[in-house]
Amino acid sequence: MSAKRQPGRVGQARPATESATSRLSRLLTMVPWLLNRQGVEIEEAAREFAVTPAQVEADLALLFLCGTPGGYHGDLIEAEWESGRVYLGNADTIKRPLRLGVDEALALIVGLRALAAVPGIGERDAVVRALAKLEAATGSASAGSSRIQVVIDEGTGKEAMALAQQALTARRRVHLRYLVPGRDESTERDVDPMRVISFDAHWYLEGWCHRAEDVRLFRLDRIESLTILDEDGTPPATAEPRDLDSGVFTPHADDQLVRVALGPGAAWVSDYYPTESVEPAEGGGAVITLRTADTAWLRRLMWRLGSQATVLEPAELALEVQQGARAALDAYAASARSIRPSG
Amino acid sequence: MRSQPNASDKTERLLNLVICLLYTRQPLSKAKIRDAVPQYGTTASAEAFDRMFERDKDELRDLGIPLVTEPGDVLFDDEPGYRIDRREYALPEISFAADELAVLGLASRAWAQASLAGPAAQALRKLEAAGVERDDASLIGIEPRVRTAEPAFEAVKKAVLERIPVAFTYRTASSGGVAIRHVQPWGIASWHGRWYLTGFDRDRNAPRVFRLGRIEGEVATEGKPASYDVPVGHQPKAMISTMAVERDPQPAVLRVRVGAGHSLRRRARTVGDVDGTWSQIDVDFTDTEAFADEISSFGPDVVVDSPSELRESVIRRLRGALGPGPGSEAASA
Repeated sequence: MSAKRQPGRVGQARPATESATSRLSRLLTMVPWLLNRQGVEIEEAAREFAVTPAQVEADLALLFLCGTPGGYHGDLIEAEWESGRVYLGNADTIKRPLRLGVDEALALIVGLRALAAVPGIGERDAVVRALAKLEAATGSASAGSSRIQVVIDEGTGKEAMALAQQALTARRRVHLRYLVPGRDESTERDVDPMRVISFDAHWYLEGWCHRAEDVRLFRLDRIESLTILDEDGTPPATAEPRDLDSGVFTPHADDQLVRVALGPGAAWVSDYYPTESVEPAEGGGAVITLRTADTAWLRRLMWRLGSQATVLEPAELALEVQQGARAALDAYAASARSIRPSG
Repeated sequence: MRSQPNASDKTERLLNLVICLLYTRQPLSKAKIRDAVPQYGTTASAEAFDRMFERDKDELRDLGIPLVTEPGDVLFDDEPGYRIDRREYALPEISFAADELAVLGLASRAWAQASLAGPAAQALRKLEAAGVERDDASLIGIEPRVRTAEPAFEAVKKAVLERIPVAFTYRTASSGGVAIRHVQPWGIASWHGRWYLTGFDRDRNAPRVFRLGRIEGEVATEGKPASYDVPVGHQPKAMISTMAVERDPQPAVLRVRVGAGHSLRRRARTVGDVDGTWSQIDVDFTDTEAFADEISSFGPDVVVDSPSELRESVIRRLRGALGPGPGSEAASA
C-alpha cells in the first residue's frame, strides 16, 4: 500500500513516492470534502483529488486507523467504501479544512485580480465578490499578494475578442480570414466557436473549424477579419476542447521526429515547444527531439535562431534550412551591389 | 495493515498527532502526547521519541498548522504543553455562491501549467469542501492561463513574499555578458507572457527590473526574512511597464516577396509593388533584435534595405543558420 501514484500529466512532474506531509495535507482536505458528500463515488473523489481510485482506497484505509486518543472503536474515524461509494463519520476534530496556506491564497487571489482586468469578462461582479470574501478569510496569508501580479494581455486582438464573445453568447458560426504565420499564408474558414482562452500572453479562439473538420486554435491577433454569420454555431458533439495543460501544440505519434541542437541562447525553445526528450549539452545548450507534422514553422524557427540552433535530423530539413539561408544571403549580396552604386 | 511501509506509518502518526492536539482543551505535555499517539508508543527510547516529535512538530508547522507551545510552569511541572488552536486551524466559514466558485475555479485553473498548480487546486478543494457545487455554466468560455516556465520562479517568489535579499547570476540583454547581482526583491509580475522581478539593486544602488528568464542557475538567499522594507504601495506591474518602456519606433524599409510576409504587410505604413516578385514596404519597429528575429524567420522571402543595423542583425542570423562551411561568406559585401 505504498503511495502508488498515477503517472503525472504532461508538464506536471509528480514525485514517484509521495511525502508523508503531502499525503497528510490531502487527507486533511479530503475528510471535510467527503463528510459533505456522503455516498460520493470513489472515482469522483479520485478525479477531484487527482489521484487513482486505488489511492483513495488506501487513504480511506489509513483514515480508518486514526482517531482521537484512546484508540478504542468509538474513538476512530468511521470509513466505509466497499460499495464503491464513500461514507465517513466520527471525524469531528478535522471536519473543517485547514486554512489556506500562503501559496494557496496567493494562487487564487492573484488569479482573481488578473481575471478582474480581463476585458469583457461577463462575470466581473462575481470576481469582485469572490475576491472580497477570499481576502477577508485569508488575512495574513495573503499579505504579500499585491506584490505578485499577473497581467493578462489584451493584445492587439481586442476587436476580434469582442466579436468572438458575442458569437459565443449567441451560439453563432463565424467566418474568419486568418493568418497562418507558420506557413505565412492567409486563409478563409468557417468556425463554430467553443471558447476564448489566453495562453502565453496571447488570446486564442478555440472552435470547430469546418475547413479542417477538427478543433483548431486561432490566435486573436492573427485574425484579419471575423464576421458573425446568421447561422447556428453549435459545434459537433464530437468536438472536444484541447487539453491545454499539456500545451497548445499537441503532437501526434505519427508525426515526423526532428532532432535539434540548441545553443545556450536558444535553450528557451525546450520550454516553449513540447519535446519528446531534452538532453542537456555542455555550456548550457541542449539536444532536443520533437514531433511535428509540419516542418515549415521549424524552418522559420531555425532561420530566426541563427547560429544558436542546428537541425541534426532529418537531413532533408537541415538542407532546407541551409538552402533558405543561402538564398536569403544571396538576395542581400545582390541588394548590396545594387545599393552601392546609387548610394 | 501493520505491514505498511514507513511513509504510510508516518502519515498515520502525523494525522493522529493533529487530531490529538486539536481534540485536547488543555495543552498536552510531551509525555501525554507519547501516550496518546499510538505510533509514538513504539519508539525505542525517550530520546528517539523526542527527536521524532521535534521533527513532526516542524513539519506540521511547515504545512501551516498552528501548533502552539504554551509554557506549562503551573500546569505540568514546568514542562511546556502543546496544542493546536482550533479557530486558528480551521478555514473560516465562508459561503461562496455558485457563480463565485465558478470564477474561483477559473482563477485556480489559470495556474494549471504553472508551478502554483498544486496549491491552486488544493485551495479550490478546501473552498469547495463545504459542499457547494460550482456553476461553470455561468462562464462564457473565457479562460486565461499563466505559465511559469522560468526555473527561478519558485525561489524568487519566496524571496519576494518573505523579503529575503538574494544573489543570482544574470545575463544582460544587450551585451549577453553575465554578472552576479545582489537584489532586495520587491515584487514579481507576469507581463506580456514573461515573469519579471522588481527590486532594489544593491550593486547599482537603484531600483531595477530583472527578467526571470535571464537568471542563470540557483538563486541564493543572503539574509533573513523581513530584512528590508518594500516601498509602500509598490506595484511591480507599473514599475516594469515604465522601466521596460519601449523606445520610440523607427522606420524600416523592407522588400517582401509577393504572396509572403503577411504579418509584416498588415503592420506596414505603405506597401508598393517593385516588380512581379517583390513589394517594398515601410514599417515601424522598436526593438532591433526582436524585429530581426521576426524578419529572419521569413528566410528568403524578406530582405531588409534599411536601417543597416537591422540588416546586419538579420544577416548575422542567416549566416548562423547556414552553419560553418564554404560559401557562408556569400553576403559579406
